[in-house]
Amino acid sequence: MAILGNKDTKVVVQGITGGQGSFHTRLMMEYGTNVVGGVVPGKGGQWFDDNVPVFDTVQAAVEATGATASMVIVPAPFAPDGIIEAVDAGIELIVCLTEHIPVADMMKATAHVKANGARLLGPNCPGFLVPNQMKIGIIPTMIAQPGKVGVVSKSGTLTYEVGFALMNAGMGQSTIVGIGGDPVIGTSFVDVLEMFENDPETESVVLLGEIGGNAEIVAAEYIEKHMSKPVAAFIAGQTAPPGKRMGHAGAIVEGGEGTAEEKNKALADAGVLVAKNPEEIPELLKNA
Amino acid sequence: MKLHEYQSKFRFAEFGIPIPKGKVATTPEEAMTIAQELDSNVVVVKAQVHVGGRGKAGGVKLAKSPAEAKEHAEAILGMDIKGLTVEKVLIDPGADIKDEIYLAITNDRSAGMPLIIASAEGGMDIEELAKTDPDKIVREHIDPIWGLKSYQANSVASRMNLSREQWRPFVKILMGLYQCFAESDAELAEINPLVVQGDGSLLAVDGKMIIDDSALPRQKKLAAMRDSSEEGEEEILAREAGISYVKLDGTIGCMVNGAGLAMTTMDMTKLYGGEEYGPANFLDIGGGATPETVATALKIILSDENVKAVLINIFGGITRCDDVANGFIEAYNIVQPDVPIVMRLQGTNAKEGREIIENANIPNLQSAETLTDAAQKAVAAAKGGN
Repeated sequence: MAILGNKDTKVVVQGITGGQGSFHTRLMMEYGTNVVGGVVPGKGGQWFDDNVPVFDTVQAAVEATGATASMVIVPAPFAPDGIIEAVDAGIELIVCLTEHIPVADMMKATAHVKANGARLLGPNCPGFLVPNQMKIGIIPTMIAQPGKVGVVSKSGTLTYEVGFALMNAGMGQSTIVGIGGDPVIGTSFVDVLEMFENDPETESVVLLGEIGGNAEIVAAEYIEKHMSKPVAAFIAGQTAPPGKRMGHAGAIVEGGEGTAEEKNKALADAGVLVAKNPEEIPELLKNA
Repeated sequence: MKLHEYQSKFRFAEFGIPIPKGKVATTPEEAMTIAQELDSNVVVVKAQVHVGGRGKAGGVKLAKSPAEAKEHAEAILGMDIKGLTVEKVLIDPGADIKDEIYLAITNDRSAGMPLIIASAEGGMDIEELAKTDPDKIVREHIDPIWGLKSYQANSVASRMNLSREQWRPFVKILMGLYQCFAESDAELAEINPLVVQGDGSLLAVDGKMIIDDSALPRQKKLAAMRDSSEEGEEEILAREAGISYVKLDGTIGCMVNGAGLAMTTMDMTKLYGGEEYGPANFLDIGGGATPETVATALKIILSDENVKAVLINIFGGITRCDDVANGFIEAYNIVQPDVPIVMRLQGTNAKEGREIIENANIPNLQSAETLTDAAQKAVAAAKGGN
């Protein structure tokens, strides 16, 4: 068992014929993902690579294939519409890779997702990967092997770095999840931490955060109260210049400046093993 | 993207929010003419720069005559405030300040909704007030699909304990501010202070807006307001190439793919090199960078004279290591850098990338296996270059 999906999960790809869409769909299928259809308005009835049917709408794809998950990989102006379409077609899990979606659009889209009880991962995220089973998104498979460590991260390439370090230390992962670093996202650290806590195949968890916002502080509170499994963390951006300040309002809303120092302290106080160098994480977990 | 005070207030005015009848000057003479036209006993000369604390730095001055306004403008224009040169001043008529209200709308990320923050006790110390007396700050979330409803605006006015005669104008300003916030794709629209004048009327005396960068393609009018005079030449070059670049004070130039890994790489140079051999810049070449992007990135990094070594850390996902290697060699041949370079290629097409680099036989270039190895080699190379 893993979280979010497995080799049987039926996946449709919204934007399957685009440059990025086709490239990554092929990689996903090579890895074992059960891609049952693609959605491109106006291209319904065609075939992708002669073996994946293309539909005009997500609704039609769901009716024909029984898909429960969708990957949205379309340009920013179309992505919020794609997310809402997937929700309306009854898709349970939507993974949106698209970057540069305006925040106002995402607030509307996430409100729609929540109101209908669906789950959105992203946007602007690398997706998730269950080692040797499947992936939805763009996480390179070379950083993954089956194991017991759950990885959850705001940042794409930092995730690859830590997945790779775990592998080099002979450790594997249960599931690797990129939640995305945009201001408004569908799935939070806390959502994924809860899934890992409840997943019998996950024995320990790695959390990779960044400066800005307060998601890591909220995660620290959750870990302290609800998690029995050991958690190691790294927060990127200790040397970064102070981010753009949101006037007084930003500090009032978030109750802090969102520095690496604040976050490291909150995590350490919650009993999390805080790494100064992400390549130390395997060692920290071995000793936990 | 931040807007200047004058740009924010002029935008507010388009949504019916009362603002002072001021104008912008770029020369002392213009400042004097504007002060004459304003026909006010007192005018305020305000530096237009994207930094906080301009008042304390001497960037805001009261003038009792047009001649004095000219003098102040002369002093403020060209002034350096926290590294930025003042190019413009706003000349506003003085306001008759009885009370100061704080009113802002920003995005509450964790709630995924816009949030109104308001207080009858506005002014500079609003953040302090939020800590010491949080009950004096009124908060109201806005449903992103429905938008702000007028009962909510009334509720805010009520909870702020505004006097009854101020309700109607305040609610009108709040509804206008939300409309402005939504139609501008703003991440922040802040009025501080919203002044209650002697006659009871309200006036937005200072304003700030931040526009969501991702929405700039559809906010063409606002995008055209960008003040490039505050960006360095390299920053403009980077932005146009789709690279995120911020210059810093250290000596190790960093080129990385992905913001999180870029910050991690910076942190690692400081971890092993301390302040002096810390990062010279933040640079994210983005996902799926082409050889051209890499070439531009290398030129930008090397244009910083403080750079004693360059650390290239690429973990390929969407980005392909062979593309990075090709771009690097192209740029290397043009720039011919004499600083040592440490390069680490991992992930998608790493093997091909490393072969390209090896076959090019570049002097002064070392390869690294892990991130730790790369950071340590870069620090050692920078030190050796002294």
